[in-house]
Amino acid sequence: MLGVRSLNTEYKIAQGPAVRAAKNVSFEVPTGKFFTLLGPSGCGKTTTLRSIAGLERPTSGEIEVGGKLIYSSQQNVFVPLNRRNFGMVFQSYAIWPHMTVYANAAFPLEVRKKSLTKTEIRDKVMRVLHAVALDEYADRDATKLSGGQQQRLALARALVMEPELLLLDEPLSNLDAKLRERMRFELKRIQRDLGVTTIYVTHDQSEALALSHEIAVMNEGEIIQVGSPRAIYERPRTKFVAEFIGTCNFIDGVVLGKGTRDHAWQVRSPLGDWQAFSEDPLQEGGKVSLSIRPENVELSDEPFSTGAPTNLCKGVVDQKVFLGDFIDFQVKVGETLLLARTHPSLRTPVGDPIHVRVAPEKCVVVSANSATA
Amino acid sequence: MATLGLELERSSASRNFDPKWLIMGFVVLVVAWLALVPLGFLLWQSFMTPASAAAEAEFTFRNYLEVYTSSETLRLFGNSTIYALGSSILALVIGTGLAWVCERTNTPFKSFFYALSIVPMFMPGILFVTAWIMLASPNIGIFNLLLQRAFDTSYVFVDIYTLTGMMWVDGIQHAPLAFLLMSATLKTMDPSLEESALMSGASVFAVARRITLKLALPAAAAAFLILFVRALESFETPALLGLPVGIEVFTSAIWEALHGYPSDIGLGSTYAVTLLALTAGGIYWQSRLARNAGRYATVTGKGFRPRVMDLGRWRYVTAGLFILYSLLVIGLPFLVLLWSSMQRYYSVPSWDALQNISFDSYRAVLAFPSVGTAVWNSVMLALASATAVMLLTAVICWIVLRTQIRGRWILDNIATMPLVMPGIVLGLSIMICYLVIGGGIYGTIWILLIAYMTRFLPYGMRFNSSAMLKIHKELEESAALSGASWFTTFYRVVLPLLKPGLIAGWIYIVIISVRELSSSILLYSPGSEVIAVVLWELWQNGQYTQLSAFGVMLIAGLFVFVLLAQLISRRVGIREV
Ligand SMILES: Nc1ncnc2c1ncn2[C@@H]1O[C@H](COP(=O)(O)OP(=O)(O)OP(=O)(O)O)[C@@H](O)[C@H]1O
Ligand SMILES: [Mg+2]
Repeated sequence: MLGVRSLNTEYKIAQGPAVRAAKNVSFEVPTGKFFTLLGPSGCGKTTTLRSIAGLERPTSGEIEVGGKLIYSSQQNVFVPLNRRNFGMVFQSYAIWPHMTVYANAAFPLEVRKKSLTKTEIRDKVMRVLHAVALDEYADRDATKLSGGQQQRLALARALVMEPELLLLDEPLSNLDAKLRERMRFELKRIQRDLGVTTIYVTHDQSEALALSHEIAVMNEGEIIQVGSPRAIYERPRTKFVAEFIGTCNFIDGVVLGKGTRDHAWQVRSPLGDWQAFSEDPLQEGGKVSLSIRPENVELSDEPFSTGAPTNLCKGVVDQKVFLGDFIDFQVKVGETLLLARTHPSLRTPVGDPIHVRVAPEKCVVVSANSATA
Repeated sequence: MATLGLELERSSASRNFDPKWLIMGFVVLVVAWLALVPLGFLLWQSFMTPASAAAEAEFTFRNYLEVYTSSETLRLFGNSTIYALGSSILALVIGTGLAWVCERTNTPFKSFFYALSIVPMFMPGILFVTAWIMLASPNIGIFNLLLQRAFDTSYVFVDIYTLTGMMWVDGIQHAPLAFLLMSATLKTMDPSLEESALMSGASVFAVARRITLKLALPAAAAAFLILFVRALESFETPALLGLPVGIEVFTSAIWEALHGYPSDIGLGSTYAVTLLALTAGGIYWQSRLARNAGRYATVTGKGFRPRVMDLGRWRYVTAGLFILYSLLVIGLPFLVLLWSSMQRYYSVPSWDALQNISFDSYRAVLAFPSVGTAVWNSVMLALASATAVMLLTAVICWIVLRTQIRGRWILDNIATMPLVMPGIVLGLSIMICYLVIGGGIYGTIWILLIAYMTRFLPYGMRFNSSAMLKIHKELEESAALSGASWFTTFYRVVLPLLKPGLIAGWIYIVIISVRELSSSILLYSPGSEVIAVVLWELWQNGQYTQLSAFGVMLIAGLFVFVLLAQLISRRVGIREV
């Protein structure tokens, strides 16, 4: 449905070289899917989105929507943004303050080339206002809406023209925490109901994980990894991705050789000679990093009796923090500190020895000493 | 923090007398004197019969009765309103259009136009009007003469001596003001409001019409009132274009009343009070509107990036409009002045006339004794009034914004009040005031200095208060806590931090005081002429070529000053001048 290929976008600034805000960005989004661009502030998410929208003119690359080229540097194609028929929700919502709720939502239909009758417009607008639960407010001044309602109005306005593509730039970031959570579900429901292909921009990892079919993690203008939320979370390719999405232990190690199963590798680290997971083939003797999520570290007072006798070690409880639902242990294995998150029923006191285990597939190899790619 | 300030004030006041009260008291007295006393005298005069050698002045309602029962006043009122409406609408339309083109489109060379459009702001009004007379008067206007020659008729194609002509000249001259006001508004508008309309499929012009202009409407209404009041106050255009053909507005009627024989100061004062009521109403309404004007034009901060719309081929049209405007407002007026300055007798450009190029007029102007005096006077007045106003208003702003003194808002209002006083009304009030109280100030250059200071107080207030609002109060308080006296704090901390704002305001006041005519014309006397008055006299004497020569030199001088000012302001970090 949407194909972005080797997209580059630059900003010219008064002094110095141009800012390369999107570098070689490529991804494909199938019809009806919810695709998220995730990354830290200033990594080029908005730029990529605005390039797709036509609000910025890329310097090179190709963008295709529904089999039609809308931008191509080679073939010199650039469809003006007002002919692209994309809906967009801006971070500031950009609700027109001089219009009513109804007028805001009707605007895209009124300015269309193919003219609709008044009643047709009325029907469509009321239907979409109903979908976002704003039909009661139709005649209200748009400025007299709450933050969440404005956000839904912006969404309605983007949806009313039945866009081929829905573009959302951090639409939830201006809302308070409670409302944000609720709108997250609303958004997901509306998107699934209408089946509109959606590109979503956020720097909030939990939002990305909750909403998306697929996530692209960006950093410094480049896409680092694309995958389903689960894949991104469980199998990060780089330290950057692992760190950006959730907390992670990183343990440096050296590859000893192939492991006993598919994608399993033997890695020597301060924790011992462990089995670790890697999709990419590894070089024997190569330096790697193991990324281990705290919730995947199993702790026990007694030696583990069940399961395979691999990936075991012994440490000492260094510190612990009680957090209600769970308890965070900092365990010292030799000189290495390991963060573990366990059920609060574990009561080992600080200073006591403790047994540690991590399942091989939860011990993910990421390329070492590479923060970005 | 507020209590701390009070605490400091109280303790120091009780222990020993703090010189800060001396300075503040002095400043308050000066400002109150400048802004209030002449106004009182104007009101008083409007209720008095003229004093003569035979009879004392006595209290009367006759002035008002006469004025408000005569059909003449109705005509004046009609003329003034139509003239001000026409001129301000024209200025607003041109200014808004240019602002949109400059801020929102990809028109080529727009930053150059931006710089260019400020030029008319420092050209003295009287030069602009005389240049347009040379261009479009029925008898000597170049447009008419060229067209008549081309078509071999004696038909008058354009006539500047009409109400329309007056609106045209005044309107295009003040479009830059509208341009500045509106481009400031467009700058603060969240561009995503327009982008989302574009995304909805609207064309660039539909966005301009249905989103941009609608959003700018409250600000445009406020700008319109500013322009309207300014047009009501304008003196040069009605005096030079209206009076010769009997089209009078309030300002020119005041001038006629005072200048005719016998001079009728009571009638002039009554007109002045009436005009004052009109402008005060306009300004009051404007300030109420301006309070709401920010309602639509909000910057949301995050995700803000100014972006221009692609006009496609239309951008050459918009560039063309800009060139046309620059020609009408800068190019042609300047060229016609340049041309006539190099002629012995005023004549239309032609091959013959080209043979007669001479610099006699320049020589003649430089030889006039009054020119040297006037330039000296103007420069001194500009420097003195700009310095005095900026320092006075710095203290006033400090009192208004930084102290808890009760009734400080009154001070604010007093200092900004001269804004509603048209130059000629102010001149008249000051004239009456110092004629009555004597003291030898009338007839000297000091009366001009007083007039200028009064007139420009509001501008000083504006520059100073916006600069002071940006300075954190803690900076002063920490100086006070380190043991500095109020005077030391003000001198070492507040003033240096205010410097960019002070300099910007100072430059602005220097420029507008060099152009000042409408107050000066009532207050000067031989020996205290200023530049604009000399221009006025040259015009009245029909010395067009000398007037042009003086004008060309003046424009060149002001241009150099503005360039220097821009250099200085870039050094001290001022953005807007
Ligand atoms: N108009 C501009 N001119 C110059 N540089 C710009 C411009 N807009 C963005 N940039 C730069 O391009 C880079 C990417 O910006 P972008 O707005 O795409 O980031 P983002 O990922 O959306 O960040 P955020 O999460 O803070 O919104 C940044 O380094 C930014 O400074
Ligand atoms: Mg962004």
